[in-house]
Amino acid sequence: MITIKDLHKSYHMGTNSLHVLKGINFNVNEGELVSIMGSSGSGKSTLLNILGMLDEADTGSYVLDGVQIKNLNEKIAARYRNEFLGFIFQSFNLINYKSALDNVALPLYYQGISRKERLSKAEHYLEKVGLAEWSHHLPSELSGGQKQRVAIARALASDPKVLLADEPTGALDTKTSYEVMELIQGINDEGKTILVVTHEHDIAQMTKRIVNLKDGVIIDDSKVEQVRATQYV
Amino acid sequence: MFNKDRWSEILEALNANKIRTFLTAFGVFWGITILVLLLALTNGLKNGVTADFGDFATNSMFMWTQGTSKPYKGLPKNRYFNYKIDDVAAIKAEIPNIKYVSPRNQLGGFRGANNVIRGTKTGAFEIYGDYPEYIKQQPMDILSGRFLSYSDIEAKRKICVIGTGVVKGLYDVGEEIIGTYIKINGVNFKVVGTFKMSNSQGDGEQDASTIYIPFTTFGQAFNRGDRVGWMAITAVDGIPITSIKQQVFDLMKSRHKIHPEDDRAIGHFDLSEQFERVSGLFAILTIVGYFVGALVLMSGIIGISNIMLIVVKERTKEIGVRRALGASPWTIKGQILQESLILTILSGMVGISFAAFMIWIMNAVLDNVGPVENFANPSVGMQVVFTALFILVVSGLLAGMIPANSATKMKPVDALRIE
Repeated sequence: MITIKDLHKSYHMGTNSLHVLKGINFNVNEGELVSIMGSSGSGKSTLLNILGMLDEADTGSYVLDGVQIKNLNEKIAARYRNEFLGFIFQSFNLINYKSALDNVALPLYYQGISRKERLSKAEHYLEKVGLAEWSHHLPSELSGGQKQRVAIARALASDPKVLLADEPTGALDTKTSYEVMELIQGINDEGKTILVVTHEHDIAQMTKRIVNLKDGVIIDDSKVEQVRATQYV
Repeated sequence: MFNKDRWSEILEALNANKIRTFLTAFGVFWGITILVLLLALTNGLKNGVTADFGDFATNSMFMWTQGTSKPYKGLPKNRYFNYKIDDVAAIKAEIPNIKYVSPRNQLGGFRGANNVIRGTKTGAFEIYGDYPEYIKQQPMDILSGRFLSYSDIEAKRKICVIGTGVVKGLYDVGEEIIGTYIKINGVNFKVVGTFKMSNSQGDGEQDASTIYIPFTTFGQAFNRGDRVGWMAITAVDGIPITSIKQQVFDLMKSRHKIHPEDDRAIGHFDLSEQFERVSGLFAILTIVGYFVGALVLMSGIIGISNIMLIVVKERTKEIGVRRALGASPWTIKGQILQESLILTILSGMVGISFAAFMIWIMNAVLDNVGPVENFANPSVGMQVVFTALFILVVSGLLAGMIPANSATKMKPVDALRIE
């Protein structure tokens, strides 16, 4: 599903140059649940941003579902993001003046789907994350865990090939974190490819494979015995 | 543009911060209000001043005779002459583009002696000998009976049409007027109609104390024969009388044996020229109104642009999220442009309505306190409203341009990083 070869990325700040990714090679197959770990500054977020086409690599190749991702203009990048990817953020990033339902429907809006169809799909995904009865509430009326569920429903709404989650449990307490992970595991069980960036070991253990990043290179990439979140909930 | 979802997106965004939306809109509202009010006031001034011209057909001139100033063909200078009724026919026949020629004679005048008697009542009035066309040059409302007709002219009937001032001076309230007789300089005339000037300003009293009798009757009764006191000449619409008056003068000079270069012999007053001058002044005032109004409006537009910039800045993260979810730069730009467009047009429409309301109040006040010198009926035409709308659309787009560009300038990854 994802093939990355010799990926380099550096940031320039004035005269300083910061080499963040120093040649990353890795593959993700369809249906995998991968966690990317590393301390802050290890380059894990940068990697995720490049995978999410929010940022571009300096050199190296990135192929997503057979499509070469290179030199995209913003218009095409926006379309690819919409079709291929679903984002889950640490701070949820829901639009605060839109109801949960409208938030979930937003990616479908950018696909040009009619309002009626959009809302019925969005309703379906809200139901999937267990928030059907909260569909007309504003994000400010939801708890952190609920917000993240709405965000997950939103990421799923356009039926993307890959879900990218950047510290999805970073702003949640342990119990809620496990609930969210349970949901993510469930989605993965249905066959969705998911990448999770995290620095929490217990969260990483709930994925199927851990990629360890340090100073811009992968120091460890191994499959793990998945811990089901259900047993903690 | 007419996508319902886009609209609800925008209304949602505008609704999200009501006070700011309102304050932003106020600048444009105020600008357009001032623009429209300025134009309305200019118009009111114009209406007031042009009303002083009365209702007389503006494309007209008056022509009379003065003494000659040059000897010609054996005739001495300082010779007095009169137009004759034949001259009228000659002008109509030989000069193209003339609409009306009214020969006129007058009796009595400003502070004249009493010249009209009815029973025991007397009065001093202006008596004019006129042709039926005159009512087309000087519009008046016939209150009862009729105006002069060609059969009156041909039969030299001793009939008259009298103004409201004459009625007031010679009749008791409620008395039957049509069919009665009044005595003008010793000659009896039957009253066949009463009139009131359609739109009189200033000279109302004088206009009302006027009596019209047939031109031919005038000549016979008051010993003028076929002489003409002066003429009121109107050109056809679209051709200014100023451009053809010289032909009329030349014709008169040749018919009355006047030296072709004797400019003193024929006196005239060119109403059209005066009117053009005043119209030109108001054209300039209107431009000034647009200019000043547009400048005030511009500060409102800058306000919108400014606030939109702040909105864009505040929503940087939201825009980043939207782009991560698949919004193309043009979708974002379009939305911001449309937001500023809607804000401008909406507040502009409210401004126009408010200005219309103010104009309505002004008119109501004017109606109550009576006519004010040099000011009447402030108003704007539909074309001003459309021009204002056009200005609003253009300025709304301009206002949105800079913020829309700045919204998509930042990379989505940087936009998302902002807390």
